[in-house]
Amino acid sequence: MLDIRNLQVRADDKDILKGIDLHVNAGEVHAIMGPNGSGKSTLARALSGHPEYAVTGGEVTFEGKDLLAMDPDERAREGVFMAFQYPVEIAGVNNANFLKAALNAKRKHNGQPELDAYEFISLVKEKSKLLEIDDSMLKRAVNEGFSGGEKKRNEIFQLALLEPRLAILDETDSGLDIDALKLVSAGVNAMRSPDRAFIVVTHYQRLLAYIVPDYVHVLSGGKIVKSGGKELALELEAKGYGWIDAA
Amino acid sequence: MFAGALDKRPQGGPRWLDDLRNRGAARFAALGIPTVRDEEWRFTNVSPIGAIDFTPAGQISGTAERLNGFAYTDAPVRLVVVNGRFDTTLSRLKGLPPGVHAGSLGDALKDYADIVQRYFGQLADVQTRSFTALNTAFVQDGAFIHVPDGVTVEAPIHVVFVTGSDDGHVMAHPRTLVVAGAGSQVTVIESYVGGAGETYFSNAVSEVFVGENAGVDHYKVQQESLDAFHVGALHAHTSRSARFSSHSFALGGRIARNDASAILDGEGGECTLNGLYLADRERLIDNHTTIDHAKPHCGSHEVYKGILGGRSRAVFNGKIIVRQDAQKTDAKQTNRALLLTDGATINTKPQLEIFADDVKCTHGAAIGQLDDEAIFYLRARGMTYAEARDMLIHAFAGQVLDGVAVEPLRTALEAELFDQLAKDLAEADGAGK
Repeated sequence: MLDIRNLQVRADDKDILKGIDLHVNAGEVHAIMGPNGSGKSTLARALSGHPEYAVTGGEVTFEGKDLLAMDPDERAREGVFMAFQYPVEIAGVNNANFLKAALNAKRKHNGQPELDAYEFISLVKEKSKLLEIDDSMLKRAVNEGFSGGEKKRNEIFQLALLEPRLAILDETDSGLDIDALKLVSAGVNAMRSPDRAFIVVTHYQRLLAYIVPDYVHVLSGGKIVKSGGKELALELEAKGYGWIDAA
Repeated sequence: MFAGALDKRPQGGPRWLDDLRNRGAARFAALGIPTVRDEEWRFTNVSPIGAIDFTPAGQISGTAERLNGFAYTDAPVRLVVVNGRFDTTLSRLKGLPPGVHAGSLGDALKDYADIVQRYFGQLADVQTRSFTALNTAFVQDGAFIHVPDGVTVEAPIHVVFVTGSDDGHVMAHPRTLVVAGAGSQVTVIESYVGGAGETYFSNAVSEVFVGENAGVDHYKVQQESLDAFHVGALHAHTSRSARFSSHSFALGGRIARNDASAILDGEGGECTLNGLYLADRERLIDNHTTIDHAKPHCGSHEVYKGILGGRSRAVFNGKIIVRQDAQKTDAKQTNRALLLTDGATINTKPQLEIFADDVKCTHGAAIGQLDDEAIFYLRARGMTYAEARDMLIHAFAGQVLDGVAVEPLRTALEAELFDQLAKDLAEADGAGK
């Protein structure tokens, strides 16, 4: 599904990713771990097309298409979704209207008719239960005044509504208490399917106890320095990141 | 300035009016067109108005067609004033409650002589305001609305002022007088329109008197030709426990100056002054507002928002006066501008003059560009750059548009705003994403 070859990314006048190779198949969950500053979030943002992250080398294909040639919105419509580490507050834009616009942008792209108000509400009702999204969160402006937990739930709620092929979770666990973490994880797990892949970027093993990965990759100094199965995450938890850099 | 035109100013009618016209003409001759040395016009150079030899506007052809293509000009109750003259044929006055009068100001000088004489010119100052003096020198007709005590008018009364000519550069001096009796309620919309591409000068003055415990909701929709000049002054006076709201939408004009002033002259009055303006190309839009808290326990709320593109310029000056007696005043002013291009500029100034000690006055100004992170967030959810930007502009304008209680007007204004924006933004799209 996703093929990353020798990806190099620059941001803030610094070379951050120095040659990433990663192959992700449909149905798989890949965890990207690593110490602060290793480039984990840079990888997530570069894949989503953030304009401040400049690709200086390498290739990324998604479903056989050149992902790097696409605008961020094209990537989203093609089925790439990033759950933001810091979801943006957008004053004056009603959350429900925003969700509807996002859904319809994708449906239009897929040649499906746009949802009418009734169909949209039915879909929202169905998907909102698991993530405990209440009416007030839909009526408020996008992320405005949301608590940290509400923001992350709203991200995963969008994931559930948009049903992407590839979901990239950028430190979705940061700042969550254990209840919120469980809620968010349950939302993600409900979305796991043989057609869908996940890249889960996290600093901590804690999240991976709930979202169990198939593969774990350790990023350090802008490169993947170690890959393994889910047991690698436990090893990192026990030993910390120090031994990776030393190796 | 305009000396030839002033010689051709109308005459006749009641004696007091002739005197007032003469005073207006004399004051305009003395004051002339303001210059940037005048504090009230510091950032707005109106010398281009004086540079054109505008002649008083007369009869024109195709007036019915001239109403097409503007926001809500098909309102069920409609007063049409063409080049300052009330047009009986195009006006629709049916459906108003008994006792309510809406029609020609010229006719009212005869039919409602006492009321007109009592209120006319009481707020619009010819002594110091040169454009008001000029307007007053030319008073002959316009719109007059009178709502008797205790009457509620459900249907909004839409006054459409058309300015234009078949050839040559003309000026018109639209005039409106609204008198709402005690306990009455009425909505008045004033629209200013003109033919695309025409260069003319529209110099409007409106006076609104809100009686005790009455409510007047006033809308001004300025959609002049983008090559025209518009100077407009709205004056409102509120009595005890009266409510006045003004919603100003400035979409047209090459140079457009809009003064909105309210005197809260009775205890417990409430006043809202909201505005939304859109400037593009090399256009200039200037909003000057004054809220005069003359009596205690009055509240005022003010939100002005501007969207600026191209190399446009905007001016906002928001004056709040709290008189010594006006204790327990609660005044809130917000003004924000969204600059869509690097070439757009705004000069903004809150001006608080507070002479009472037990008052609450707040003001805030914010000027900025579209938030790149918000744009990216929306794009990451599949919306195109243009869709994301429109959504954010919509959200910005929403606060003022949402205050429009006349639903068909709000819908039409939204459409107009985005239609106009789309043309400018199409150019910007080429430049950057």
